[in-house]
Amino acid sequence: MTSLKSTVLGLFAGTTMLAGAALADGHAKLSGDLVIFSDMSNPAPRAVMEGMVARFGEMHPDLNVELTVIDREAYKTQIRNFLTADAPDVANWYAANRMRPYVDAGLFEDVSDIWEGTLSDELASTKGAMTLDGKQWGVPYTYYQWGVYYRKDIYEELGLTEPTNFDEMKSNCQALIDSGRKCFTLGSKFLWTTAGWFDYLNMRTNGYDFHAALTGGEIPWTDDRVKATFANWKELLDMGAFIDDHTAYSWQESLPFVVNGDAAAILMGNFAVAPLREAGLDDTKLDFYQFPAINADVALAEDAPTDTFHIPANASNKDAARAFLKFVVSAENQTMINAGDALGQLPVNSKSSVDDDKFLKEGFEMLSSNSPGGVAQFFDRDAPAEMAKVAMEGFQEFMVKPDNLDRILSKLERARARIYR
Amino acid sequence: MFPTPLEKRPAAAKTIYQAVLPLALIAWLLPLLAVAVFSIKPGADFTNANYWGVPSSFNFVENYGQVFFNSDMPRYLLNSFMITIPTVIGAVALSAMTGFALGIYRFKANIWIFFMFVAGNFVPFQILMVPVRDLTLDMGLYNTKLGLVLFHVAFQTGFCTLFMRNFIRALPYELIEAARVEGISEIRIFWYVVLPLMKPALAALSVLIFTFIWNDYFWAVVLTQGPESQPVTAGITAFNSQFRAMYHLMSAGSLVAALPPVAMFFLMQKHFIAGLTLGAVK
Amino acid sequence: MSDVIADRSFWHRNQQTLAPWLFLTPAILFFVFYVIYPVFQSFNLSLYEWDGLGTKEYVGLRNYEDLYWEWVDRDAFYTSLKNNVIWLFLYLAAIPAGLFIALFLNQTVTGIRLYKSLFFFPFVISQVVVGLVFTWFYDPAFGFLNIFLGWFGAGPINMLGDERYVTYGVILAGLWPQTAYCMILYLTGLNAVDPEQIEAGRLDGAKGWRMLWHVVLPQLKPATFIAFVVTIIGALRSFDLISVMTSGGPFGSSRVLAYYMFEVALSEYGFRMGYGAAIAVVLFAIMMVFIAYFLFSMYREEKR
Repeated sequence: MTSLKSTVLGLFAGTTMLAGAALADGHAKLSGDLVIFSDMSNPAPRAVMEGMVARFGEMHPDLNVELTVIDREAYKTQIRNFLTADAPDVANWYAANRMRPYVDAGLFEDVSDIWEGTLSDELASTKGAMTLDGKQWGVPYTYYQWGVYYRKDIYEELGLTEPTNFDEMKSNCQALIDSGRKCFTLGSKFLWTTAGWFDYLNMRTNGYDFHAALTGGEIPWTDDRVKATFANWKELLDMGAFIDDHTAYSWQESLPFVVNGDAAAILMGNFAVAPLREAGLDDTKLDFYQFPAINADVALAEDAPTDTFHIPANASNKDAARAFLKFVVSAENQTMINAGDALGQLPVNSKSSVDDDKFLKEGFEMLSSNSPGGVAQFFDRDAPAEMAKVAMEGFQEFMVKPDNLDRILSKLERARARIYR
Repeated sequence: MFPTPLEKRPAAAKTIYQAVLPLALIAWLLPLLAVAVFSIKPGADFTNANYWGVPSSFNFVENYGQVFFNSDMPRYLLNSFMITIPTVIGAVALSAMTGFALGIYRFKANIWIFFMFVAGNFVPFQILMVPVRDLTLDMGLYNTKLGLVLFHVAFQTGFCTLFMRNFIRALPYELIEAARVEGISEIRIFWYVVLPLMKPALAALSVLIFTFIWNDYFWAVVLTQGPESQPVTAGITAFNSQFRAMYHLMSAGSLVAALPPVAMFFLMQKHFIAGLTLGAVK
Repeated sequence: MSDVIADRSFWHRNQQTLAPWLFLTPAILFFVFYVIYPVFQSFNLSLYEWDGLGTKEYVGLRNYEDLYWEWVDRDAFYTSLKNNVIWLFLYLAAIPAGLFIALFLNQTVTGIRLYKSLFFFPFVISQVVVGLVFTWFYDPAFGFLNIFLGWFGAGPINMLGDERYVTYGVILAGLWPQTAYCMILYLTGLNAVDPEQIEAGRLDGAKGWRMLWHVVLPQLKPATFIAFVVTIIGALRSFDLISVMTSGGPFGSSRVLAYYMFEVALSEYGFRMGYGAAIAVVLFAIMMVFIAYFLFSMYREEKR
């Protein structure tokens, strides 16, 4: 958990590119301290966050901005403490149901006022994810597509093409297995990676509305449609599509299998591109395809998790915090922080431009024109935290012991009865 | 002596024993030796799957330099010291007094108070987790070193009292009687008569508590959250996520984190063992 | 003036009654505030449902009822409790193992002191580091364990990723420092073994196992008792290793009560403070059996 307290007092004077944004900010004279807690702890996001804070500080020379970067995993447990104990003025979090406990407990500030006017149009695509009980509780700063990142060179070597339906996906996979490789790498030590698989198989089998109803607790886990999802999953398991021992690895630790060519692909968010490139896979070797259709009658829907900024209800400098949130979502800043050499993800502001990066363009294209069913956040953001935990443990168990399915589902069903009561 | 000393056995036995000893030690410390070797390997060895072979180059300076100058490790180490040392002083001071009170005076509640401390010490400390966290939050001490120190002092007092009281019980009681006859006040008896006699116990306990607190992970996770107050045991996990899958740096970091109690042990070995084995020998 | 004299004589007359309380008060206050009172708070909290953020809701025994159903359904609570029992039994292996190493090292050759302290080494390093070291040792891709098994044509096994082995893998890591602890207890104990009794035993023709069993072990009883106590407590408190090595996985199969309650109450997905407290109460009840036994034997000792 490395941290940085950058006291930015006009230290970065000299950059001119942001003069416009400063003016757009309404000349508000901000002073005092602005304390920001961030979970952007991986190297690239961290640099982005530091740069963003520096630029904001430069615009408001009387404001003393303090940034603390906390390890992303640790942050998830610590947020509860600092929201109640010593709240910062701005904090990172996630959209949708993941906000629910803090909204219900009155720990997030209602920032609907920021959304009034043009911003609602500019951020239309993520407004729904930021809305609970008819109000907005924060602003998004980035989102990213999920999909299959695969070894183009291996596919070419075996004469395979990107699959457009589940049968092709399976026949591709069989060809890979016959060549002595695994189809997919996976690190399920941290359980959420299995939820990516469940989400896609479920949304392709039953559609987006079913996903929303299931995570909303409206559908029993013992429903036949849920079982159909698992039946599709089991086909892949029975083929031996996944690497062995995935329970022992984190997602980062599972990447070498793709890099070494022992596995041909990974189902992951776009953040996997950076480490894969770093490990030596250039664009001739790495490519992307949308998770193919399973049930042709079901409209395609995607997972595109949104990461967010919030103002804790106990914050002390809410004026400055609001200014910072507006700054974060401004079109220029969005273009800048989501660029290929920065976060390498998608800007949330429709007036921003998407970077010329191959994967970003493909992802943006996919989400804006080829996801008619809807855009989901992610299983553990759409479902309540407790349900997500129990369910993802079930997914992991299923991947190791598919025969336990009935037992697993009845366990999940019991949890559903308790959690949504 | 048991088993039969080697001197009384055939000479060959002694030779075999002396040959087996270092081998046994290496086997026993194998996991640790592996980490030591990891910590001086260049990162490239791990990408090339040279996990267990000879390091392709000797990167001691680079790796440990990274740990000390390019991470929060020094800060975590400093935090650990700033948590551990006050705790040792606090717990030892408090328990010297309780040990004296419970070891010297005979009064009705004596044994029950003693049992309270002992029982409290053996309580599964997880049962304290939620209330102590709330308590610390309410006092505004969450994520401060002070909050952690206060709790540690209180909790360790249980074990230290057990230790001190048993030690004082073994002191010659006549000394105190003699002092009382002289008309010396009880407080002065504690300060001038008993405390000097307790020096070995104080030393043993200090070393022991130092190790316990330094190695604490659970409370560090429950009561602190950031590099400004977390000790090194909790910091190492953050360190590891910063350098994920960079085994050479993770190894170096782990060894650095483990070093202070190890140094303490080697310097104060006698006291350390005396502390641990309290009650094991009658 | 006379007041002062009265005061002084009051203190003088009663100082032997008052002094112990003077010495005890600060520690008792601290201890009650931070240890005793929270124990009762936990009992109380276990009757509520609380997410740690909002208001508490009184639910009576419902948390315990949920635990009961988890038990009946062979769910997380059952797994945790079962693993706790496995921990309790297997952890005790540290005692004979420690004794064995102590006997092995109880010789006088050059450098033996250094050997003894190096053997003790694992106990001094933090469990977090021990956990990391063993995680790499077990790693299915490059861990030394599988290389080692390969030499005998066995394996490979995925120690920490396979629900059948994971608990044993973690316990083995825990046994390493614990054995060192028991070893040092026995080494000191062996120092105090009465040589005359050994000689007497030898004259009676006792050797090897018989000597160990009938002459030496009875004299090591205090060491065994302490080793037993610290091992039991260590087993029931096991948290660090599980947290570092497996996070309770795969699919929750390496949880123990101590870890489960942390997970339920304070982890990323845990918002059930009351439920966590209920688990803690169960753990406390188990521990109470041993605490009571320990206090009872101390009480007997005092009476003598």
